[in-house]
Amino acid sequence: MQIIDESLAAHPQQHDQEWAEGVYELFKAYHVELISFVPDGGHKQLIAYCQSDPTLRTVTLTTEEEGIALAAGAFLGGKRSALLMQSSGVGNCINMLSLPRACNMPFLALVTMRGEWGEFNPWQVPMGQGTPVILEASGVIVYRADSVEEVCPTVEAAILLAFQSRHRVAVLLSQKLIGAKNFTGGDK
Amino acid sequence: MSLLNRREALRTLLYERGKLIVVTGLGSSAYDLASCGNEPLDFPLWGAMGGAAMVGLGIALAQPEYKALVVTGDGEMLMGLGSLATIAAQRPSNLRIVVMDNERFGETGQQHTHTAARTDLAAVATGCGFQHVRTIRQASELEPLRVDLHALDDLLFAVVKVSPEELPRVLPPRDGAYLTHRLRAALLGAERALEA
Repeated sequence: MQIIDESLAAHPQQHDQEWAEGVYELFKAYHVELISFVPDGGHKQLIAYCQSDPTLRTVTLTTEEEGIALAAGAFLGGKRSALLMQSSGVGNCINMLSLPRACNMPFLALVTMRGEWGEFNPWQVPMGQGTPVILEASGVIVYRADSVEEVCPTVEAAILLAFQSRHRVAVLLSQKLIGAKNFTGGDK
Repeated sequence: MSLLNRREALRTLLYERGKLIVVTGLGSSAYDLASCGNEPLDFPLWGAMGGAAMVGLGIALAQPEYKALVVTGDGEMLMGLGSLATIAAQRPSNLRIVVMDNERFGETGQQHTHTAARTDLAAVATGCGFQHVRTIRQASELEPLRVDLHALDDLLFAVVKVSPEELPRVLPPRDGAYLTHRLRAALLGAERALEA
C-alpha cells in the first residue's frame, strides 16, 4: 500500500497562488461582495483572503448549483457576487444556469481546472474535458487563464462583461496554472 | 381532521404582507402566489428546481432591511435539501422558508414524494441547524406563523401540511427579465435597477 503525504504531494505549485491577492483586490474594486464556493485547493488562497475580510460575505455551499441560485438572489437584492468552484462542479450547475439566463442576470464563476493537464486521477478527466463545452452549451461565455500574468486581466474582463453587459461568464483557471495534483509521484 | 387548502393557507400568511418579499418555487407554489395577486415584491420561479431557498438566501443577505419569504413545495425542497445546511450555517435573521407539503409531485401526475414515505422536512431543517421549526396542520396555527413572518428576528422554517387536491392554474408572468427588473426596481429604485 502506498502512503502519501497529501500536503506535500497535492498542488506542488500551490505556494505560488500569487494571483489570488490580485483577484481579491478586483473583487474589492468592483464591489463583488458575496463570494460563494465549494472549496478547491486551487482557490485556497483566494478563499482565505475573502474570509479574512469582514466586508465580504462568504458562503460555503453543499453543491455548486446552490451558488447560482444564491447569485441570482443577490442580484435581485442589488449585490454583486462570484462563485468559486472546481471543474468537477460544473456539471452540477447545468439546469440552474437557466435561472440567470432566463432572467437576464449577470453571473460570474471562477473555475479551477482538473482533468486537463497532467491529471493523475482518471475520474477527473471526463468533467475536466467537458467543462468548456458544457458551460458554453449552458449559455456561459468562457474565458481562460493559462499563466499567472493572465489571471487578473482575464478576471477583470470577466467582471466587466458579467456585470456591465449582464452576461454569464466563467473564467477557467487552467491546471497548468494551478499545478497538477499527483499523489503517486508519477510512477517515476 | 381535513388537510389545509394551500391557497387559503398562503392567502392567510400573506395578509397585510407589507414589504415582505416572496420567492416561490416552480409549479403550484407559483400559481398559489399568483392567485393572491401580482405584486412587485413577488418572484415566482418557473424553473431552477431546487433553487428557491437559495434565491431567498441571496435576497436576504443582499437586503437585510427586508424580510424574505420562500414559499415552495415538498418536491422542490427535496431537490435542494443541501441548501438547508448552507442556509442554517449563514443564519440570516430575515429569511423564512415555508414548505407547502402535499406529499406529491403536483405538476407531473400527483406521484408521491419522499414526504409521503418517511421523510420529515421539519426534522431535516432541525438537523441542519434551524432553531425555529414548526409543522402546521390546522388553520388556527397559520395566524401565529403569519405574525412571526414579520416579527421574528431569526431564521424560520415551517412545513404546512396541505391537501393534494389539484387547483385551477393561475399563471404568474413568465418573463424572467421582467420579474427581475420589477423586483429590483421596487427594492433599489428605477435608476439603480438598470445597473448591475
